[in-house]
Amino acid sequence: MARVLVQEAAFDLAAETAAATAGRVDVGGVASFLGVCRADDGLSALVLEHYPGMTERAIARIAAEAESRWPLTACTVIHRHGRILPGEPIVLVLTASSHRAAALEACAFLIDWLKTKAPFWKREEFASGAHRWVEAKAEDDTAAARWTGAA
Amino acid sequence: MRVLYFAWLRQKVGTAEEDVSPPAEVRDVAGLIAWLTARSPAHAAAFADPRQVRAAVNQDFATPDHPVAANDEVAFFPPVTGG
Repeated sequence: MARVLVQEAAFDLAAETAAATAGRVDVGGVASFLGVCRADDGLSALVLEHYPGMTERAIARIAAEAESRWPLTACTVIHRHGRILPGEPIVLVLTASSHRAAALEACAFLIDWLKTKAPFWKREEFASGAHRWVEAKAEDDTAAARWTGAA
Repeated sequence: MRVLYFAWLRQKVGTAEEDVSPPAEVRDVAGLIAWLTARSPAHAAAFADPRQVRAAVNQDFATPDHPVAANDEVAFFPPVTGG
């Protein structure tokens, strides 16, 4: 059963990593992806909107898909919403397994599918006062599609 | 029927949610979009480019031919950009 959190607060990668292995001796590897807010083009903040209820369900479904494809001993997804400043974390995907391949592949799968199948929308705010909604990228669809049909 | 809007669709329509009672001819997501578009210029602006609009019915992603009914929660939003 995956640990899925959608929250405004920041999270602690070290604490989540420790929790994924606590009390177990069958974990051979832990993989993680930490998405961080960049300050491209004078960006001053990202504001993430989500769909309360659906967002949690969609992530839980993606995590369940990962757990059905790879033998994971832990699977954690934490995605923030609200206002996020450059340098702050946005999303954490953490997977653990007896062997590295499953952990690494599941981690890549999770972030690829989160990008295209979890209802979040990013708005960029700039120091000038301007703001704009981020547009979906074709390369994210391509990245998500590479897992289709792969077991 | 409860209709929710997110991101720039919310801004263009001017509200995050509204309760609507479409006529019986409105049977699917595409029909609902057509009916909502005729409600106001703000709705028309939000739905002007159908390629940029995604939908969910009862919190599951839905295609234009997905049926809608009186007690459904239907959401409209742009392609997602999380992660």
